[in-house]
Amino acid sequence: MTITAPPTLDAGTRPRGKNDERPPAVRPKPEGGGRGDSQDWGAGGTFTPSRIPAAFAAAKAAGRTALIPFVTAGYPSLAATEATIPALVRGGADVIEIGVPFSDPLADGATIQRASQAALANGVTLTDCIALVRRLRAHRGLTAALILFGYYNPILQYGPARFVADAAAAGADGFIVPDLPTEESGELLAACRAHGRDLIFLLAPTSTDARIADVAERASGFVYCVSLTGVTGGRQELPDLAAYLGRVRQRTDLPLAVGFGISTEAHVRQVGALAEGAVVGSALIAHLDGVPVADQPAAAEAFMRALGGEGGPNDGPDTAGVTP
Amino acid sequence: MALDVLVPMSETIPLAPPLPDAHGRFGQFGGKYAPETLMPALDELEAAYRDAQGDPAFRSEIDRLARDYVGRPTPLYHAANLSAKAAGARILLKREDLAHTGAHKINNALGQGLLAQRMGKRRVIAETGAGQHGVATATVCALLGLECVVYMGEVDIARQAPNVVRMKLLGAEVRPVASGSRTLKDATNEAIRDWVTNVESTFYVIGSVVGMHPYPMLVRDFQAVMGDEARAQCLDHYGALPDAVVACVGGGSNAMGIFYPFLGDEAVELIGVEAAGHGIGSGQHSATLVAGRVGVLHGSRSYLLQDADGQVQEAHSISAGLDYPGVGPEHSYLKESGRARYVGITDDEALDGFQALCRSEGIIPALESAHAVAYALRLAAERPAAQTILVNLSGRGDKDLQTVAGALGLGA
Repeated sequence: MTITAPPTLDAGTRPRGKNDERPPAVRPKPEGGGRGDSQDWGAGGTFTPSRIPAAFAAAKAAGRTALIPFVTAGYPSLAATEATIPALVRGGADVIEIGVPFSDPLADGATIQRASQAALANGVTLTDCIALVRRLRAHRGLTAALILFGYYNPILQYGPARFVADAAAAGADGFIVPDLPTEESGELLAACRAHGRDLIFLLAPTSTDARIADVAERASGFVYCVSLTGVTGGRQELPDLAAYLGRVRQRTDLPLAVGFGISTEAHVRQVGALAEGAVVGSALIAHLDGVPVADQPAAAEAFMRALGGEGGPNDGPDTAGVTP
Repeated sequence: MALDVLVPMSETIPLAPPLPDAHGRFGQFGGKYAPETLMPALDELEAAYRDAQGDPAFRSEIDRLARDYVGRPTPLYHAANLSAKAAGARILLKREDLAHTGAHKINNALGQGLLAQRMGKRRVIAETGAGQHGVATATVCALLGLECVVYMGEVDIARQAPNVVRMKLLGAEVRPVASGSRTLKDATNEAIRDWVTNVESTFYVIGSVVGMHPYPMLVRDFQAVMGDEARAQCLDHYGALPDAVVACVGGGSNAMGIFYPFLGDEAVELIGVEAAGHGIGSGQHSATLVAGRVGVLHGSRSYLLQDADGQVQEAHSISAGLDYPGVGPEHSYLKESGRARYVGITDDEALDGFQALCRSEGIIPALESAHAVAYALRLAAERPAAQTILVNLSGRGDKDLQTVAGALGLGA
C-alpha cells in the first residue's frame, strides 16, 4: 500500500490521521499548496509550518526511504553535535532526531544511555538543545526537518506550552516523547497544534488495533513504529514487520517510520519495502564513537551515504533480498 | 487474640476504591507515563486484577497463604519500655518484622505472584533496593515455581550482602545494575527495560506504590492488610483508634498500606517519615515529599528530587530501602490534600531510634523502620500519656547489621 494524499486538502494543511480534529489554532492561508507547502501560514501566525511532511514527500518523490538519523545533543560535545548534523543532511538525511539527554532514559539501550550520561556530564540542558536548533537554523542555514526527542520530565519542568513555543521559534518541527503515550499527551499535543508542530507518537508490535486508532486520531507528521519489543540499540536482524505495519497502515494515511535496531543499509531496505522512513540511532552513535571528534562530521556523512545505498558495502542489487 | 480481629487479606482488597480514577490518577498525581510497548500489558494487568478480585478462589488462596505461609495477622505490640523512654504517649508497634522474610514486602509479592500465576506468566522480574522486596519476590517465586530475576544496584548489593545470598539461595538470579547512581532508581530503570523487552512472557512485580497505573493501586491494596489488621487490633485491644499512625516512606508501600484503612478516620493523624540523610540542607537526602517538586519518573507523576532542568537527582539515605528520589503518587495526593503530613529523620536520628528499640525492647528493626521509630519517640514525648501512636515496624534489621556496625564503630 502506498501513501495517498487526503482526497480533499484544505489549503496549507498537512497529512493527518483519519479522524483528526485538529483545531486550526493558526489559520492557514486560504490557498496554496497541499502537503509540503513551505510557505508561512500568513496573518494568523508568523512561523513556518512543520517541514516534516515535505521531507517525506520529497523522499517519496525521489523513490527513497526517508533516512532519519538520531544523535544525542551534547555528545561528545554541543559543538560536535552542531557540526555533525549538517553533515548528516549532506549525506542524505531527510529528518534529524536530536536526542535531549535525560538522567533516566528507560526506553534506551546501553549506547544511548551512555551518550545521554556523557551529555549530562557536559552540563547539557533542554534550553541548550533548543539553542542548538536555533544555531543550526540561523548560523548553519539548515533547512532539513528537525525533531527534538526527549523524555517528558524535562519538558514538564520547562513547561510544555513554553517548551513548544520556544522550540518552534528556534526552528524545531516536531517532538518525540517516548514516555508520553496518547493517554498523557493532552497538554503537549494542544501546544503542538497551537504552534503547528508535529507530535510524533510511537507504536509498538504490542499495540492493539484500538491503540493504533487512538494514535491515528492524534498523530501528524508521521507515525513512529518501534520495530520490536525492546529498548533502542543496534540489532543483527529485524523481525518480520509486514503484519504489524499492515495493521498500522489500515488505520492511518500518515507516513510510517520504523526505528529501534536498524543498523545497516540492508535493514533500511528491508524497512523501506514496508514503510516510508527508517530511524537509525545507536548504530550511528556507536560508529562515531570509533572516530576522532574532528573527523566525525565526515564519518557521519559517509555513514548516511552508505545507509542510503550510495557507495556502501550493500550498494548494488539483490544484497538485501527484498524488493524496494 | 480474639478471632474476630483476624482480617482476611482478601477483605482488604477493595472492589471499587474511589481513587485512583479511571485514568489511574490520584488528583493530579499518578497516570501512565510508559513506553507504548508496555501500555497493552498495563491494561491487561489491570483487567486481570479486576477479574481476580471477583474470584472467590483467588481470594481464598491469598487468605490461606497470608495466614499459613506469611504468618498473618502480625501482632500489635505495646512497646511499654520504649513508651516509658519517651515519657509521653503510648507507642504501639505493628510487627511486620515478624512476617515471613522479615518485612511487609511479602504481602505485595504474594499478591502479585498469585496474579502472575493466574495470568500464565512463568517469568517474574523485580527491582530491589534494600533487598527485602527482592527476597520476598524470590520467596514467592520459589513457592509458586516461577522463574525470578531481580535487578539490584551495585551500591545496594555491597551494603545489603545478606539479602543477595538469600535471593540466590531461593533460586533467583540477581542482576547487578551499574548505571546511574547504582541504587534503587537505576535498578527500576533496568527492570522496566527488561519488561519492555520481554513483555509477552514476563510479569513485573513492582515492590512499592510507585510506577505506572495500575501498580500504585495494586501494591496499596495488597499492603492494606496491615492497616486493616492494625485498626481492628487497636479497637479490640484498646477500644479506640490510635491518635497517630507513623510509618517510614521511601517509595511508600508500608506507609500506604497502614494509612489506607485509616483515611476515613479523620481524627487519626497520618505521618510519613522520609529519610533526611545528612540533613535536608545538605542536599544529600531522600526526602522527596519534604523537599522535592512535582515531576514524572518511572511512569507516574508525583513528587520528585530533581534539578532545575528536570534531571532526576541521586537520593541518599543510610537505609537502602529509602534511597529513592521518587515517591508513590498517592502519597503526593495525601500531602497535597493535607490528609497526611511528611517529615524527615536524618541518618543519625535513625541510628538513635534503631539503638533505642534494640535496647529497650529487644527488637532489632530495619534501618528503614528505625526512621519511623525515631520520629515516634519524638512525637510521643510531646504527647500526653492518654494518646496512642501506632508505628509500622515494617521490617527487621538483620540485613543492616554490617551498615550499623560500621556507622556505630561496633567491630566484631
